[in-house]
Amino acid sequence: MERHRHIVVVLPHPDDESMIAGTLATHIQQGSIMTYVCLTLGEMGRNMGNPAFANRVTLPQIRKRELEEACRRIGIQDVRMWGYHDKMVEFEEQGELSVKIEQLLTELQPSLVYTFYPGHGVHPDHDATGAAVIEAVKRMPSELRPTVHCVAITPNRRKVLGEPEVVNDISDYVEQKIYAIQAHQSQAQMLLDSLKKEDAASHGKHSTEMFWIYPFH
Amino acid sequence: MQPIQQEQVQQLLQSFQNKRVYLHLEMTTGAYASHRDKSKLTASVFTKNTVIQYSHGTIAGNGPYRIGLKTEDGWVYAEGLTHWDEQEVNQLIIAGHDQQGKLMVCLMLSESPF
Repeated sequence: MERHRHIVVVLPHPDDESMIAGTLATHIQQGSIMTYVCLTLGEMGRNMGNPAFANRVTLPQIRKRELEEACRRIGIQDVRMWGYHDKMVEFEEQGELSVKIEQLLTELQPSLVYTFYPGHGVHPDHDATGAAVIEAVKRMPSELRPTVHCVAITPNRRKVLGEPEVVNDISDYVEQKIYAIQAHQSQAQMLLDSLKKEDAASHGKHSTEMFWIYPFH
Repeated sequence: MQPIQQEQVQQLLQSFQNKRVYLHLEMTTGAYASHRDKSKLTASVFTKNTVIQYSHGTIAGNGPYRIGLKTEDGWVYAEGLTHWDEQEVNQLIIAGHDQQGKLMVCLMLSESPF
């Protein structure tokens, strides 16, 4: 993987980062500084732990602590929680969110950004987050634009977007990835099931994470 | 969360009667219902911190339970309620969890906003 000085990750839910933890940990191992903006606290999640140890009132603070622990396990140095409400990102004033993201990118000047591919996020928060990031990057002068690597999880992603341009071999980081996922204690079972579905080899020796590069031209 | 104790919930419902209270009411199939199974529809609703006042609040059934709150001009209703948080005395936190422990329905009342 190419080395980057500073990488920005913009995702809406605590645990979204752990599903790409192999890639993020690889960057950090290579010496990249990483800023992760997590837009919500996932306070509308359905998983309360099994047996349930959270409720609708306590879930946001529990997930906040889980997020901090997962980021510690991945090695992310700079975690920022922007306090949007889970499920409601698409109903915020979109211009405002993308301006905020643009200001962040202008300040940090990352060479690489991770987010969801707009229209291929399945969850409306994923799509709205990706769309706001793409809008922000589009407004930047082309010579200052970071590369944007997008997560796409729709069943028709290959048909619409083609093969992913980036397939990272994360075999050396599988254990660390699972460890990060397990930090999200209230969500872990659901996440591990999804991971198994997405990447059958995720518990084996060989494992990959894939991304689509957003085309700005 | 513990299995619902009907009498205690009923007492709590009565304690909120004829007061202005904040309501959280929610039902969801989960954001990935249709993604995981095409025959399913992803659907959910919630309202958060809506102020209501009810004259009469009842928990009914033998488990899973139903709750109906009679307001001046209408009703608030929830069905499929299985669990509540008994530690809370100033709030009613009650939910319906499916067999995997996932929340499907939630009703909460409080004298202060959630």
